[in-house]
Amino acid sequence: MTRHKTPLLDELEKGNWPSFVSDMKQEAEAREKTDVDLQTPKECVEDLLGLLELTYVDKVVHWKHGGIVGVFGYGGGVIGRYCDQPEEFPGVRDFHTMRVNQPSSKFYSSEYLRQICELWERRGSGLTNMHGSTGDIILLGTTTPQLEEVFWELTHNLDQDLGGSGSNLRTPSCCIGKARCEFACYDTQAICTAFTMEYQDELHRPAFPYKFKFKFDGCPNGCVAAIARADMSIIGTWRDDIRIDQEAVKAYVGGEIKPNGGAHSGRDWGGFDIQKEVIDLCPTECMSWDGKKLGIYNKECNRCMHCINVMPRALRIGEDTGASILFGAKAPILEGAQMSTLTVPFMKIEEPYEELKDLVEKVWDYWSEEGKNRERLGELIQREGFQKFLEVCELDADPRMIQEPRSNPYIFWKEEDVPGGWDRDINEYRKKHQK
Amino acid sequence: MGPEEDRQLIVDTLKKKKGKTKFYLKDFNKIFPDRKPREVKKLVNKMVTEGTLEYWSSGSTTLIGLKGAGKQHDTEEEDE
Repeated sequence: MTRHKTPLLDELEKGNWPSFVSDMKQEAEAREKTDVDLQTPKECVEDLLGLLELTYVDKVVHWKHGGIVGVFGYGGGVIGRYCDQPEEFPGVRDFHTMRVNQPSSKFYSSEYLRQICELWERRGSGLTNMHGSTGDIILLGTTTPQLEEVFWELTHNLDQDLGGSGSNLRTPSCCIGKARCEFACYDTQAICTAFTMEYQDELHRPAFPYKFKFKFDGCPNGCVAAIARADMSIIGTWRDDIRIDQEAVKAYVGGEIKPNGGAHSGRDWGGFDIQKEVIDLCPTECMSWDGKKLGIYNKECNRCMHCINVMPRALRIGEDTGASILFGAKAPILEGAQMSTLTVPFMKIEEPYEELKDLVEKVWDYWSEEGKNRERLGELIQREGFQKFLEVCELDADPRMIQEPRSNPYIFWKEEDVPGGWDRDINEYRKKHQK
Repeated sequence: MGPEEDRQLIVDTLKKKKGKTKFYLKDFNKIFPDRKPREVKKLVNKMVTEGTLEYWSSGSTTLIGLKGAGKQHDTEEEDE
């Protein structure tokens, strides 16, 4: 490592934690010694370190903004990156990112991982990000001529597609679902794959005002954080009762089964106190324990999942399962962060998912017509109102859409919505309420 | 209007715009105010495949321009 001095980056290698700088130096050294027939500059990782050091010195970014790169027929999946100091750092003159559509729940065979690493070492920088925030495999840094080559090998040898970027449907992602989790209320992997295949055009050819994300959480634990990140969050739920095994509850209370699957075993927290650790923590206060029997008033349950997480062998999700559909979450870019808003309290999630597809397409048509450039769906709903959004979705307002329906009804009723209508004299109103 | 006239209208409209070479998809919708955005999108995508138009992406946002117009590839600037 003599190409560039990196005293500031070297600071990031100190301390008892993994360092991306060490990883990059390791890759730079490996590229120096390798006998692989590298198709990208051998020194690209060293130059990347040098460029990053310069960024730290100058306190400005040395990448230009975007670019015209892609593979034939696709408008996403490649993010063009060009360095603004190409003479000093020729290895990263063009250093594009490729997003690769991860398999549902990120199940890989070791053979596949070896193949993709081999491909990226040969035709890219060898640097990856497993995985990006949206869920894709991120392949960091290759040259413009290599883009089509990598794409050809991905699609022909690895049976693998690119993911979404730009004003596209982004790569749908899901939790581990029924593959390993007993809380899964629907098959998240099946629908994630089905939607990825159904909406290939939206995924690869930009047609939206901005990005759009689907995320499929199998239960309200939200392992892919759909409620915080997805424009359309599909979160598993049930509409009957939590199943209770009273004998297993007693076993938890008696200490025969460890709560939380034994997760809090690092120190002595004392015996399990069901009153303190479950009943008193229920957010809707719908649980009771009389020393012999656990009771749940299911109508008040808001699916916080705490009791089920603490005592999974005693409490199980209901049997009539499906999902709640929420819209409009986003991260803080452009405007502030927003959580998704409950729009369909319950929908059965079964193949071929026609009901859900109908809803998605109504929402896309509305957003494509009314959304401003770079306006996320959540911002459009906020700008035009949730009532308008319900009209678009052809849904009726429902108290379950509102946190406190009796004290904070934020639906503004129109006269035609209310049986019998109403008489309103604006002049009488203005006597008491000035403009 | 036939597909060829639609294509020509897009090319002529983009050429007329001064000082701007890359556009949001919504700018194309404005060229055909009576059509559904989905129809316009299909035409634009077709023109990209045919090589008349090209995508420009910042990674988060996609713009569309006439192929070869404006700053290209490794000469992209922040305010393009």
